[in-house]
Amino acid sequence: MTAGPVATSAGADRMAVAFARVLRGAGLTVPTSTVLRFAEALGLLGLDRRDDVYWAGRATLIRRPEDVPVYDRAFRVFWDDVAPPFDSGEEPEPLKITLAVDEGGDDAEPEQAAPSDERTLELRFSATEVLRQKDFADYDDEELAEAHRLMGRLRFVGSPRRSLRLARSSRRTARPDIRRTVRAALRTEGEPMRRHFRAPATRFRRLVLLLDVSGSMEPYARALLRFVQAAVAGRRRVEAFALGTRLTRLTREFATHDPDRALRQAGERVLDWSGGTRLGDGLRQFNDQWGVRGMARGAVVVILSDGWDRGDPEALGREMQRLGRVAHRIIWVNPLKVTPGYAPLARGMSAALPYVDRFVEGHSLAALDRLAEILDEE
Amino acid sequence: MAETAAALTAYGYLPDEGLATAVYLAMSLRRPLLLEGEAGVGKTEVAKVLAAWTGGELIRLQCYEGIDASQAVYDWDYGRQLLHLRAAEASGESAGRTTDALEAELYQERFLIKRALLQAIERREGPPPVLLVDEIDRADDEFEAYLLEVLSDWQITIPELGVFRAHEPPLVVLTSNRTRDVHDALKRRCLYHWVEHPDFEREVAIVRLRAPEVAEPLARQVAAAVEALRGLALYKPPGVAETIDWASALGRLGATQLDEHSVEATLGTVLKYREDHERVEQHGFADIVKQAFERGAQRG
Repeated sequence: MTAGPVATSAGADRMAVAFARVLRGAGLTVPTSTVLRFAEALGLLGLDRRDDVYWAGRATLIRRPEDVPVYDRAFRVFWDDVAPPFDSGEEPEPLKITLAVDEGGDDAEPEQAAPSDERTLELRFSATEVLRQKDFADYDDEELAEAHRLMGRLRFVGSPRRSLRLARSSRRTARPDIRRTVRAALRTEGEPMRRHFRAPATRFRRLVLLLDVSGSMEPYARALLRFVQAAVAGRRRVEAFALGTRLTRLTREFATHDPDRALRQAGERVLDWSGGTRLGDGLRQFNDQWGVRGMARGAVVVILSDGWDRGDPEALGREMQRLGRVAHRIIWVNPLKVTPGYAPLARGMSAALPYVDRFVEGHSLAALDRLAEILDEE
Repeated sequence: MAETAAALTAYGYLPDEGLATAVYLAMSLRRPLLLEGEAGVGKTEVAKVLAAWTGGELIRLQCYEGIDASQAVYDWDYGRQLLHLRAAEASGESAGRTTDALEAELYQERFLIKRALLQAIERREGPPPVLLVDEIDRADDEFEAYLLEVLSDWQITIPELGVFRAHEPPLVVLTSNRTRDVHDALKRRCLYHWVEHPDFEREVAIVRLRAPEVAEPLARQVAAAVEALRGLALYKPPGVAETIDWASALGRLGATQLDEHSVEATLGTVLKYREDHERVEQHGFADIVKQAFERGAQRG
């Protein structure tokens, strides 16, 4: 960066724009409107005190606590003229996984996924019946690509529940709709002859998906990741996390309709692909930071994991219990469930089972299809 | 800026530099201030103190799931409207009048119930009010979109009456516990500050300010004990509000110093989960007290 550190000669606005560039270079989203505000703030506070400049930027350019470490590093680089640590191995190089996504360049593909073509959907499914039943672990790259495409067509409706919002009702309920009653009364000279009512509307429960990306799940994680992405992109109120040695939230990365991009971004965010698993720790992080604070409250929580856990099974049981107290349903999807002779003997799995409402398979397209149905029922 | 920090302090809130800057900027740039942070770090308190300082009326909108325009913006007083219709009919006034004319009579400002958002942008004497939109993360996305519109234009349209426009925009403080992400469009309108737990000396100062009856040695020990509790990986680490409550509770019981017995007796003011109580019990009250004494005796 040639813009240099704090120099009184450069105007506040030039400084703001240059710093915004550095932040964008470091990977943050910095809309122009916020840069304008930063410049305004600098105009008010001046450029003399480092702390003023720092906090002006924090208040105007940053909108998520996760972005603060990046901001801090960028700030040091830009204002204190410290050598950029971005590519110097201060953080371990993210292990990138390459996902065999369908890259056939078929540009028309996303269009075809429009909700109207249900007939095609069935046809495709029956034509790929063999693939449907096949275990993900036995897939070659081509089959995985095909499976990814098919998963993009899964429809997630979600389970309805009563909302606090009231909607019109044609039935007589305990809640009069006074607004409409008064309107109608106008037509009958102020006599409320016809009464109107309201009833609670329905809305979909939040769906929270936790995908285990540890080593033992490797044969399945690639395929299931696409399933999770399809769920996030397919309907509202869905949250997705990767569980490995630590917890990574993927909702933002997945909320795009371009699956290739979503999976690539997710691959970059998750730093512990195929590492060890500490399900209990990961779940505890989820409970502390998100779940128990509100995200899992009344939600359908889906855990996609084989239940192999190197951590303390008691800890996992405790966290499952905590989660179970706030969630509406916990569904555990275990790709190993169909394995002949498999009994949930993995220590983690047996500790978690008492708190699981539904224990289902997740090794093939057919199983995921079934899972999507279950999610609609719950 | 320093003035802002001093004013907040004078009204009973000890801000750190980041928060003071954010508040100063929100007031000078006339932007809403979005405060996120753990429960109990004092987000809501900021709005209350701002109102006390500026002399503006505090208008609070507590968000909850399903909140909609009729609870947040305005509603019509249907009961009075009906009575009005009946009265008009009984007195024979309505005879020969068209439905339209009658209807126009019903939708006047006197039948309007103004809720928080409308109150906040209404023309008024004196300093602009402080609008506190509390726990925005509890409301649903539809409401967030509506709020964004109001915060952008400072105007509200009521079809039957016309447009209400803020003469001078209110000071707006939004808080979120981050149970979900607030929409980015709304965040972009706002200045943002993530509120942290205060550091040790600041927390001591806060306790001294908010619970002046508590002697300094006890205040220091309580702040230190809370710091120790936060290090125990509890489900719900205590917030500043709990620290103040705990200090007051101990003060009320006549304690001048922490001891195992008083910690055990008053732990309910700090920890609200059974599991957390067990965790602390396992860890041992004696150790907490010991840490509190050592830390409390340190200066700076």
